[in-house]
Amino acid sequence: METLLTILNEPAVTAVLLALLPLAFILVYALVVLYGEMKMAAHIQNRLAYMENGWHGTLQPFADMLKLLQKEDIIPAAADKFLFILAPYLVFVGTYASFAVLPFSSGYIGSNIDLGIFYLVAVSSLVVVGLLMSGWASNNKWSLFGALRSAAQIVSYEIPGVLAILGVVMVYGTMNMQTMTQMQEGGIQNWLILGGDLPLGQKLALIPFVFVLFVIYLISSMAEVNRTPFDLPEAESELVQGYNTEYSGMKFAIFYLAEYANLFLVSAVVVVMFFGGWSSPFGSFMNGPVWGGFWFVAKGMFFVFFNIWLRWTLPRLRVDQLMYVSWKVLTPFALVCIVAIGFIMVV
Amino acid sequence: MLTEFGNILAFFIAGALFTGGGLIASWLFRPRRPYADKLSTYECGETPIGPSHIRFNIRFYVVALIFLVFEVEAVFLFPWALVYRDFGMFAFVEMLIFIGILIVGYVYVWRKGDLEWDKPVPQFAPQSKRTVIEEPHETVLN
Repeated sequence: METLLTILNEPAVTAVLLALLPLAFILVYALVVLYGEMKMAAHIQNRLAYMENGWHGTLQPFADMLKLLQKEDIIPAAADKFLFILAPYLVFVGTYASFAVLPFSSGYIGSNIDLGIFYLVAVSSLVVVGLLMSGWASNNKWSLFGALRSAAQIVSYEIPGVLAILGVVMVYGTMNMQTMTQMQEGGIQNWLILGGDLPLGQKLALIPFVFVLFVIYLISSMAEVNRTPFDLPEAESELVQGYNTEYSGMKFAIFYLAEYANLFLVSAVVVVMFFGGWSSPFGSFMNGPVWGGFWFVAKGMFFVFFNIWLRWTLPRLRVDQLMYVSWKVLTPFALVCIVAIGFIMVV
Repeated sequence: MLTEFGNILAFFIAGALFTGGGLIASWLFRPRRPYADKLSTYECGETPIGPSHIRFNIRFYVVALIFLVFEVEAVFLFPWALVYRDFGMFAFVEMLIFIGILIVGYVYVWRKGDLEWDKPVPQFAPQSKRTVIEEPHETVLN
């Protein structure tokens, strides 16, 4: 007991234990979204989805989880075994490490660094390496094409996404996500989507450009998490399952979990940049560390819902349309917005 | 207490621990009954034809190159964006020059047609006015 306490008091161990907090959130969130997505999809398409296990199938996600846990793990004979096993680690660690800079509330942020959103963009790129690795190591044509498409798509959409973030950083003058949120505190009128905490004239001039940046970031974030209308990497009608075709059991589950975690991550970035992060829309009413967590998750879940909604409403893009949207529409618009915001900020 | 970057390292470790823990947990429960057919590469039930590491579209490489150019530009723009509020007009003019250079490259790439992706051309539809260079055709998959 005594030794256990000394081990727990070791700062490194405490830090790892604290770092497991968002993981608990991700696991609960994944179960909710797994169920929620299936149900929403079904109701959009006029079906019922899970109805057997528990009330309206609420126990289904647990059953799925248990099933995946006890599935046989198949590593194809042709696969590059080392890279095949390493890939899920990279994908999940890349996603999870990005959660370190998300300000869940005024009381909890994994790591309050000034690099903030810059670090997030850099680390979430690890996921691309993991996806490419999984596709290559599987030694399967579907996987290879899925991985290549995924890499091409993610890097293409990273440009407008990063440019949108750049425009936002210009307004805030900081990349620290906690400071960004604090600057938007004090009610809905201080959120960046409504012009932030600037003087009224600048605020009104800023709103249209910030809104365009918001739309650009929303679209590119959807592409970065490989979801419809941008789910070419796993287009099931042509590529079976894309880069994770050869994965089974727990490794597949980890890819899936990372995808859902990524979905929340990009939604959370939207919330922090444009919708006031953990700050309450009613000023000081319902504000505080605990309420902060509630607002952050609630706003994040709204954008997750929005993503799912679009996924089951829109058809998939063609690959040339995909590239067209990123390079010839979003990028020029983002550049124009940056120049315009720059102009507004100096005048 | 660790530094803030120490906390980030903790997140990396926590992520790896969870992945490893999950795989070990599943290793305890799961069956292991491999045989040759099960371990063969999945190609919708058919016996795989040819090697899997086949030739793919060169466009992927071009896209990666263009991405690199833009991404490096964006990285250079971030420090500037941070101090933008303090520097005022000077920063604005500097940015116009910098983004101007970027746009020159962007227009060049656009005109060269490197932002295009091969579109399926209907066989009997009227071709576009631009001359189509005839070259030996080889099937390249996306």
